[in-house]
Amino acid sequence: MLPLTQKDQPIVQKLLSAGCCSRCILRFCCVRVQSAYRRPPQETLKELRTFVSNTENSQDSTEPTEENNKSHNAPGSEAPEEPPSKRTKLESEDEAAAELKDEESNVCVVCLGILQEFCGPAQAAKIAETVKAQNYQFDTLVLSVSLPAQLCVRENSCWLHVKEEIGQKGLTLDKDDVIQVKEAFKWIMQGLVAKELGGVSVVTKSAFEVGVEFTHEATDSDCHFLASVCPDCFKPTKNKQSVFTRMAVIKALEKTSDGRFLKLYPCPPVQPSSSCSLQDIQCLHTSVFVAGRYNKFCRSLPQTPWVIDGERRMESSVEELIAAPILSAFRANGFNFSSSGREDVDVRTLGNGRPFAMEILNPHKSRFNRAEMKQLQETINKSSDKIRVRDLQVVSREAMSRMKEGEEEKTKSYTALIWTQKPIRSEDITFIDDIKELTLDQKTPLRVLHRRALAVRQRVIHSMNTRFLDPHHFYLGLKTQAGTYIKEFVHGDFGRTNPNLCQLLKTDTDILELDVESVDVDWPPAIPE
Amino acid sequence: MDGSELITTEGNAPSVIDRYYTRWYRADMKEKPCEDHCILQHSNRICVVTLAETHPILQDGRTIKTINYQISNGCSRLNNKVSGKSKRGGQFLTDFAPLCRITCTDETEYTIYSCIRGRLLEVNENILERPALLLEKPFTEGYIAVILPKFEESKSITENLLSRQEFEAIVSKRNTASSQPS
Repeated sequence: MLPLTQKDQPIVQKLLSAGCCSRCILRFCCVRVQSAYRRPPQETLKELRTFVSNTENSQDSTEPTEENNKSHNAPGSEAPEEPPSKRTKLESEDEAAAELKDEESNVCVVCLGILQEFCGPAQAAKIAETVKAQNYQFDTLVLSVSLPAQLCVRENSCWLHVKEEIGQKGLTLDKDDVIQVKEAFKWIMQGLVAKELGGVSVVTKSAFEVGVEFTHEATDSDCHFLASVCPDCFKPTKNKQSVFTRMAVIKALEKTSDGRFLKLYPCPPVQPSSSCSLQDIQCLHTSVFVAGRYNKFCRSLPQTPWVIDGERRMESSVEELIAAPILSAFRANGFNFSSSGREDVDVRTLGNGRPFAMEILNPHKSRFNRAEMKQLQETINKSSDKIRVRDLQVVSREAMSRMKEGEEEKTKSYTALIWTQKPIRSEDITFIDDIKELTLDQKTPLRVLHRRALAVRQRVIHSMNTRFLDPHHFYLGLKTQAGTYIKEFVHGDFGRTNPNLCQLLKTDTDILELDVESVDVDWPPAIPE
Repeated sequence: MDGSELITTEGNAPSVIDRYYTRWYRADMKEKPCEDHCILQHSNRICVVTLAETHPILQDGRTIKTINYQISNGCSRLNNKVSGKSKRGGQFLTDFAPLCRITCTDETEYTIYSCIRGRLLEVNENILERPALLLEKPFTEGYIAVILPKFEESKSITENLLSRQEFEAIVSKRNTASSQPS
């Protein structure tokens, strides 16, 4: 039995005549009983017709209701007010059922077929097949539906159609009480998809999302009148193919008065000749985050791909060397790499390495235990001798921010090979070892000025130490505040870093080699070998 | 400070300018003999304007009396301010825009020009306090200004400048001309 009451009768009647499918009628009657939607739509339609004729008869007819049930269903939508005498047209129940089926195969004016042919075991099997083919690792999934924007227009039109009736009958019914197409779709399909996938639960929140996208080109123009009513809502943006996005259409509808709408759009909506097409079934697993520390042993390896004027400058990069084995292990589509600062292409990163984190996009495999992560780390380390990774681990999205926070306050240690223009003796440079907490005024280095704002930044060199090599060379160790530009401190950058090593040593100095010895960030946690 | 010593280790690594900048020249700027300018263009397209080593200011043991970035009553390069990554607000310069006027103690006055189109990012205020920098380190600490060419003009702005080789050829021609009896 359908959970309908007497007050629903005129609404059902009206919607049947308008060309609504049985499930959309349930929606507009605000039926919240999920099982009602899961029944075969033909049966529901039959019952709705019975329901309409029943109440009709109980109101004004003396005919036996039993007979009415069987006979008064088929032509209903054409002539709902027909007198009972015409029922003799239908000879048998079979024929009635056949015609019923015909009726139901008419594309619904509101859902454009989504709650009809796209809502059943066959479609569930198709969705499950697509999911299985992509071989994701998952226990639960969430089903999402993307509907053509014009469905909102049609829904509104149909709602106004119903509202008219409600107004007359003095019923209290709000648009928000109407069950949404999406909701009904999920009520029907979630269980079916879960069954097809065998033991997987389809839930409302899951890391794994299966998105079903419908489009209906033939009625895309339904939305167009809104552009003249509410031009503000439809401003073209770079990334959007069409200005008639679902959000924009909903906003425009909210701003359009009922009267205006009724003048510009048919109510109820016009019968479409075809139903929606299932544009796409997309699977998406939420990102997994991986962190660790890396060493870079090569002076001709950029941290990220280096492209100038669309041309690749170096054949590899730190992030690519790390990412390749990770992407293949996680069977992922892509990644975003971030790190606690970065070194220049010609700078090595030694010691415990530089903390990094990677967002792994759409991983097909997402569960890794400690042993597997260790194995993955070894795979990375065996794949190249230019880099090395340690402390590789899965982390949470929130934990990633720990790497970036307070980045400027952290300290970094470096070793630089210095050339001096004037010859030096070992004792000429020892005074440098005594310099503590030296504050520099660094104008944005010319080498990065094209992409950073011009400013004078104060940075502190906490301490330095020297190791004499020969009359023109020595090693300079530095412990500095993060964000200090070491190369510019050494050569002075046209006098734009003050003080600089040239001034301290009273001769031109240049930097020949630079190594990062430590990046003092205590994240991610160390993993004992 | 040690210009007279010229002690360098032979065959040492190229200097910062050699490594990251390309040298471009403008000879006899505004038809004034030997008023040569040098433009150092970084691989990131930023340009540093300096005197060329042949500029009269650097000859004959001249010393500098004043350097003036006020190039007209209404315009001072010292008022130039840029903000943000996109360097909004910088004065836009064309090839012949004056950057500053330099007066030597022998009362000779020279105007230094932009030589290239672009947005003025900064002028070197250090040489106002220490004009000697301009003589001691004309290509590094004694630079005149930093200019950012438009992205789409970063290649074309150097088209009417001289390469180092072309400039050296002009200079050696000049030298032979002046050494020959007239």
